[in-house]
Amino acid sequence: MLQVSIYRYNPETDSAPYMQEFQVDTQGRDLMVLNVMEMLKEQDSSLAYRRSCREGVCGSDGMNMNGKNGLTCVTALSEVVKDNKLVLRPLPGLPVVRDLVVDMSLFYKQYERIQPYLLNDTPAPAIERLQSPEDRDKLDGLYECILCACCSTACPSFWWNPDKFVGPSGLLQAYRFLADSRDTATEERLSELDDPFSVFRCRGIMNCVAVCPKGLNPTRAIGKIRELLLANAT
Amino acid sequence: MVNNITNFSRSGLSDWVLQRVSAVILAVYSVFMVGYLLLHPNLDYTTWSGLFENTAMRVFSLMAFIAIAAHAWIGLWTVATDYMKPTALRLGFQIFVILALFIFLVWGVQVLWGA
Amino acid sequence: MSTMRSLTFDAIIIGGGGAGLRAGLELSQSGKKTAVLSKVFPTRSHTVSAQGGITCAIGSADPNDDWRWHMYDTVKGGDYIADQDAAEYMCTEGPKAVFELEHMGLPFSRFDNGRIYQRPFGGQSKDFGKGGQAARTCAAADRTGHALLHTLYQANLKNGTVFLDEWYAIDLVKNANDDVVGVIALCIETGETVIVKSKATVLATGGAGRIYASTTNALINTGDGIGMALRAGLPVQDMEMWQFHPTGIHGAGVLVTEGCRGEGGYLVNKDGERFMERYAPNAKDLAGRDVVARSMVLEILEGRGCGENGDHVFLKLDHLGEEVLNKRLPGISELSKTFAHVDPTNAPIPVVPTCHYMMGGIATNVHGQAIAQDDSGNDHIVNGLYAVGEVACVSVHGANRLGGNSLLDLVVFGRAAGKYIESALNEGIEYLEPTQADIDTALVRLNRWNESDSGESVPELKRELQQIMQNSFGVFRQEDKMEEGVQQLSELRERIAKAGLSDKSQVFNTARIEALELDNLMEVAEATAIAALARKESRGAHSRYDFPDRDDVNWLKHSMFFPRDKRVGKRDVNFAPKTVERFEPKIRTY
Repeated sequence: MLQVSIYRYNPETDSAPYMQEFQVDTQGRDLMVLNVMEMLKEQDSSLAYRRSCREGVCGSDGMNMNGKNGLTCVTALSEVVKDNKLVLRPLPGLPVVRDLVVDMSLFYKQYERIQPYLLNDTPAPAIERLQSPEDRDKLDGLYECILCACCSTACPSFWWNPDKFVGPSGLLQAYRFLADSRDTATEERLSELDDPFSVFRCRGIMNCVAVCPKGLNPTRAIGKIRELLLANAT
Repeated sequence: MVNNITNFSRSGLSDWVLQRVSAVILAVYSVFMVGYLLLHPNLDYTTWSGLFENTAMRVFSLMAFIAIAAHAWIGLWTVATDYMKPTALRLGFQIFVILALFIFLVWGVQVLWGA
Repeated sequence: MSTMRSLTFDAIIIGGGGAGLRAGLELSQSGKKTAVLSKVFPTRSHTVSAQGGITCAIGSADPNDDWRWHMYDTVKGGDYIADQDAAEYMCTEGPKAVFELEHMGLPFSRFDNGRIYQRPFGGQSKDFGKGGQAARTCAAADRTGHALLHTLYQANLKNGTVFLDEWYAIDLVKNANDDVVGVIALCIETGETVIVKSKATVLATGGAGRIYASTTNALINTGDGIGMALRAGLPVQDMEMWQFHPTGIHGAGVLVTEGCRGEGGYLVNKDGERFMERYAPNAKDLAGRDVVARSMVLEILEGRGCGENGDHVFLKLDHLGEEVLNKRLPGISELSKTFAHVDPTNAPIPVVPTCHYMMGGIATNVHGQAIAQDDSGNDHIVNGLYAVGEVACVSVHGANRLGGNSLLDLVVFGRAAGKYIESALNEGIEYLEPTQADIDTALVRLNRWNESDSGESVPELKRELQQIMQNSFGVFRQEDKMEEGVQQLSELRERIAKAGLSDKSQVFNTARIEALELDNLMEVAEATAIAALARKESRGAHSRYDFPDRDDVNWLKHSMFFPRDKRVGKRDVNFAPKTVERFEPKIRTY
């Protein structure tokens, strides 16, 4: 029997959060953590968590599993369970709405702040804008972000200043547009980032890289933004 | 753009550059000092003050002091904005650090060029 | 309930996937006060899982490509019950819609000349089937849906669309004239129930693959829009037509794209034979999905399946080489390693046909306006109600959708509905206000669940429903099994009506949402079952042992399922495209 310890909090009935213990019979199968949660929800339907695609592309089910952020649907028990014990907590650093559901408003606000859309002030051609395969390759490792917030909520700098530091996810997207040969708003984008918080709160801790379920590297993207800022301002 | 008025330069980039440049100055100064001390195992007061009679050494030292002040200010300002959430505490701490760094700097100048 | 808050928008779009976001964008750009209401944050919608691409004759891989060839493929792929005016509209408007996506920033893969990369997909041909395989599917690696959905969400942010994220639509509100004038919705985070009033209610709720036990669909694909339409008394069209995708990962149900075969992968049985050469000598592994799925099931039934239980076949990709896999199919390698524990660079992926797409849905015209039928079988528009995307049945997919046509459907008809609603709003529309009784009608089922105190549990009932559908309405169907299935479903409906919701809390109560979703799954399953039983022929995805042939005399028709009396009627297929000759039904071979 797998011992599962889950963070519980229902603001309507609980004055404070607590950890609830469950036992799950996995019958020796190496299930995904999400499968275990579904089994638990059948035992206790009041358990709240988000999920959608169950294949690691929608980014709904970011969670803290045995101390490390990840997506429950693509994390096998064998990757996280230690001593037959699984501890599930909500993503750290964001307000808890209920149980494992966090309020992601601040995370989305930071995403919106970097103007996450192509800006191009030239008239659009009748067909597509051309882009060489080499220029397109520059977007690889950037556009794949699924906004699961695993990285930003693993980042101490984001914990301290979630209202001011854009965070690894938002900055990865900021660089996705800076790196796009079709975007013409580089200067405008950079001028919005050149304050002591937005980019420069990154201390290179690299928790973001360690937890990203898509294997992306926000720290490298942040480094590239700094290089652009430097090149632009000196 | 996040507004702020108490950081060094109002720009994250120049703070970032300054912190790195000052770090390099401090590293060079430290290496020089350690090397100097190793080469002079029986260092006495005359030799030591002789070193600081040299104008180049005074300028080098002053540069290091300024670097320390800038480096410390940027670092401690960051620490304050990370961990000190009550405004009065944070602002008080920042004023204290500025005053302290200013006094140390003036004191340093006095030591270098004083009697 | 008289204290219920009301929100008012020019247009309310229910569903934040590709179709909903495209419609929302069109309306926001035109300055209409538009809200997109979605039960998940929009980028969690199932469009995000689309992999292979968006099929469209943009003339990149082949400068001589022609939208008429694409239309021919689409009509043939749909086994001739695709509406030809709609297929024509999609194929002609498609390039504009795709170029717009590119201008919004969608990171398409590229050819050396800088144009959008296109890959071959199933059922694609040049020169009306006479010119060999075409490469018409525009791709962003194998993450096209993700790239498309994020791009559309971003474009909506840019244009100021109002988002009601994590709100759940419960039922449509109709006025005394049977016009749809809004929707009852529940804010999941607070539990507040609100009436959202609008002159245009757009259903963009996507598919319902979760009626089957094994599906490539996201857990959220519960047919909420179909459920709402049926409870509002509206008919639904071609609900028996469910696509089983040939390559769902065995055991997990997770999709691997048809693009794998487009890039040169192929299916093998336990003897290592490339069996599609026998079933479709020309197109082979790139025949229509229904054809490939049936061939796979036949291989398995005839004892040539792979694995210990002989219950799947293999998708071979290793001969493509690491470079192609990394460059063109990186997501597949990831999924395969995670869910099949197989690295496709050196071992084949175990795959099995898996429920994937609902060709049927709410009948609409090319403007997305919902269509119902009166008792004598005449079409009429349902005022105030629109449907776009998978929940709609325009019908461009007929009895079988071609790969890459779903993303095109989303953006073309999302855009078309947006444009139409904009002009309709500009001309001015007035509908009667709903009365309290009208609103109460739409609250019935929410109140039912909220007042239930004991009863069977939702997950158990859902599992039974999925099992019934899997057993009786799979790739191959037959009368007696389907009759049994219909009977079981009708018993299940009674049990669901008495099921209980034990958690009555307000804040982020996912148990309540799952209960409400179960109602919708039930509606979709029943419509599917009864329509499947009624269509006594084999066409496209609907394959019957007892009626193995296509019957163009009696069934070159859409089926229409009427919920009030659970009757199946017929509706004419459109054979009148505006600018080309109609495509006559022919024997469909690949």
